[in-house]
Amino acid sequence: MEFFRIRRDIPFMKHALILNAISAITFLLAVFFLVTRGLHLSVEFTGGTVMEVAYVQPADLEKVRGTVSALGYGDVQVQNFGTSRDVIVRLPAKKGETSAQQSEEVIQALRAADPQVQLRRTEFVGPQVGEELAADGLKALAFVIIGIMIYLSMRFEWKYAVAGIIANLHDVVIILGFFAFFQWEFSLAVLAAVLAVLGYSVNESVVIFDRIRENFRRYRKMNTVQIIDNAITSTISRTIITHASTQTMVLSMLLFGGETLHYFAMALTIGILFGIYSSVFVAAAIAMWLGVRREDLVKTGRKEGDPSDPNAGAVV
Amino acid sequence: MNRYPIWKYIVIAITLLVAVIYTLPNLFGEAPAVQVSAGKVTTKVDDGTLARVEQALKGANLVSSQLALEGGSVRARFDSTDTQLKAKDAIEHALNPTPGDAAYIVALNLVSRSPTWLTALHAKPMYLGLDLRGGVHFMLQVDMRAAITKRLDTLASDIRVSLREKDVRHGGITREGNSIEVRARDAATLEAARRVLTDTQPDLEVAEPTGGEPRLVASFKPQALQKVQTDAVKQNITTLHNRVNELGVAEPVIQQQGLDRVVVQLPGVQDTAKAKDILGRTATLEMRLVDESAEGRAAETGTGPVPFGSEKFLERDGRAVIVKRQVILTGESLTDAQPGFDSQTQQPKVDLTVDAKGGRIMRDISRENMKKRMAIVLFEKGKGEVLTAPVIQAELGNRFQISGAMSVVEANDLALLLRAGSLAAPMEIIEERTIGPSLGAENIAKGFNSVAWGFLAICVFMCLYYALFGGFSSLALGFNLLLLVAILSMLQATLTLPGMAAMALALGMAIDANVLINERIREELRNGSSPQAAIHSGYDRAWATILDSNVTSLIAGLALLAFGSGPVRGFAVVHCIGILTSMFSAVFFSRGLVNFWYGRQKKLKSVSIGTVWRPGTDAQRTNPDAA
Repeated sequence: MEFFRIRRDIPFMKHALILNAISAITFLLAVFFLVTRGLHLSVEFTGGTVMEVAYVQPADLEKVRGTVSALGYGDVQVQNFGTSRDVIVRLPAKKGETSAQQSEEVIQALRAADPQVQLRRTEFVGPQVGEELAADGLKALAFVIIGIMIYLSMRFEWKYAVAGIIANLHDVVIILGFFAFFQWEFSLAVLAAVLAVLGYSVNESVVIFDRIRENFRRYRKMNTVQIIDNAITSTISRTIITHASTQTMVLSMLLFGGETLHYFAMALTIGILFGIYSSVFVAAAIAMWLGVRREDLVKTGRKEGDPSDPNAGAVV
Repeated sequence: MNRYPIWKYIVIAITLLVAVIYTLPNLFGEAPAVQVSAGKVTTKVDDGTLARVEQALKGANLVSSQLALEGGSVRARFDSTDTQLKAKDAIEHALNPTPGDAAYIVALNLVSRSPTWLTALHAKPMYLGLDLRGGVHFMLQVDMRAAITKRLDTLASDIRVSLREKDVRHGGITREGNSIEVRARDAATLEAARRVLTDTQPDLEVAEPTGGEPRLVASFKPQALQKVQTDAVKQNITTLHNRVNELGVAEPVIQQQGLDRVVVQLPGVQDTAKAKDILGRTATLEMRLVDESAEGRAAETGTGPVPFGSEKFLERDGRAVIVKRQVILTGESLTDAQPGFDSQTQQPKVDLTVDAKGGRIMRDISRENMKKRMAIVLFEKGKGEVLTAPVIQAELGNRFQISGAMSVVEANDLALLLRAGSLAAPMEIIEERTIGPSLGAENIAKGFNSVAWGFLAICVFMCLYYALFGGFSSLALGFNLLLLVAILSMLQATLTLPGMAAMALALGMAIDANVLINERIREELRNGSSPQAAIHSGYDRAWATILDSNVTSLIAGLALLAFGSGPVRGFAVVHCIGILTSMFSAVFFSRGLVNFWYGRQKKLKSVSIGTVWRPGTDAQRTNPDAA
């Protein structure tokens, strides 16, 4: 079997401008939704109580909502969770009352309304913990970005590091944009998925950059654009097969993992799809705009910084 | 050129064997069991205990499939949960004849069904996290400010005593914020007080502020302050241990986290409400005298203001009690509390035992305050409540009893509350997770299905697309999974649902390395290399790329490990280990398979790697001049 019977190098970089424009628009849209709608942060970040209860019959959400609201909590959310029999109740943290009292009070009230209700899970996070988790999440993100930048600049050159990080941050922002647009719940697990996908997508850029470097060494007569086109073309089959394999796993999680892993798998899916796109079109194009040259990677002893170099900042 | 030296095959064989051995225990599942461990410091669990458990089971006509003494606890396995419950009652009855005085903790547990020879090799199944087995998780924050002020209050009353002993007539001692103020009328007294303070209180720093009335300000030295804080957390952990012991949990985890936090995990606890109730009692205990002056009595009936130096608390039934501010004893001094019956009146009572210092104080106080009332005040979340305020009937020593109008249940409750000990500082639950046992089982199934179906789909695709090389890749992926599970079992890492997701993701990402290699080999073949040369350079060239991409993934994994907490940490551990095992299996192991299969054939004509499509000679895409 062979899916990729490519006769010539595909001139990806010819369309770099259009593709980058598409990226920029998607990116700006994502930022727009992030700003206007904001993320629907889970209880882990905001503090509060989540309770999962199971009924024998499909639950009447209105009734449940009424019962819980009657207890005097301000902003109560009642939703189905997975099946129509499972209900998830979110309560804001209440001053002067411990979590134990809070969840006990709610389950008592629900039991009074329907004695067959069963408490499956509760989760309470105090507001101070929430703030810490959010701060730690940002720290982790910064750590990943800086770590990858340092590694890429050691391994390649700063231009690649910048290109790689911009491309993959663009993925991260787009994932967040999706979560903001659909108001999906952004939990700690989703954050983990986002960071994992960041590390994973950078791979993709690394593979392409690796090829670019190899091509610079091998094909002395090609110009930068041709080198990049060739690098992308010769790695495209691997890119797609690998991502398809990873996506198979993620799909399996999406199908069998249940509600708990749903948004985790969702974040990975978006990350993987945009990861291909950004590595192929964004990272390589940015590297091209930044003006990667043979001399940067292949040590020829020549001094850097020749403004008349035809390969510098090449535009097709 | 595609031959491994024999030692490399030996390495592979040994790794495979070890991986299989350590993965095996996970496959046997768990059996219901009863676990007996020591409930007090003085009780020892040894062969004698084992014999008693055996006797108890024989007496109840119950058969245990395995009974053994393992690491300080006796474990008896049973075939069904029904016998397990019966056995628990029988053992409980035999070992703890007096209710309320549990020398042993008899708890329900699940133990691995794996055979003894595996256990002897220290091959144990992975430890399942709370989200997979059900249970309760709490994170509690110790209120350090309260710990310090409480300690200062005690010190202030100590200073009062030592100044009186030395006959220094001070003008009043009060705690102001984080320091103690000693006032004096003249400089000579101040100097005398200062000498007493520096002699008797090594933990305090004494300063003499200028201006205002002459006074001394004593505050904690930095090291002393730190010690107060670490001691507070330590004492709270001990108290929590005592409380958890009352619950009878098989493998509780009580750990300090950070400077001022304590994590409590109670796996398998079914009655979560009770667990929360007992743990959530963030109570501190104090014994104080009831203010029986005329003003105090007036305030008690509500006809006068609360006199200076006293406080008003409510009893459980809502009656007001006016209690002096001075603390006689705190829960720290209390060593034991047991319910019982008074031999003369046959009324329920609670026997208390305090330590030597407490006993001395008790004797002095009771002698001076005969026929007066002493209140036991329980502080919960900064609010005091009088548990009981009995009349002192006799001179007390370090053993005394509380009796009076209470029921058997009340006596038991009071004893439990007293015995569970007091906390050095109040604690607040800042994070709580409760997972029902059925949800845990569902989560295992979900995680397992995700991994299994994803794995299967990838293997089928690889075999179809890359033929025999796909088969090698699938074997390598299977080996990766085996190795990952074996290492997690060896480390006794806690497996959670995010951990299982990380496992699935690790496999999905691990195949990347094999795809890279296989694509490279195809490319080499396309460019006209001989099969052996193609395999060689395919692996060689792909290696640099594989290393690069794994390093970036590892950076993300390490960041999650460093900054993540709770569920994220479980994910990160599996993610990082998965990356490391994938490098080994995808490169070293799969190369071994390929070498074993093809390496010996000198005149290899073709390899089974699926279709190697060659473009016609007119379109040489790698020819630089053609572009």
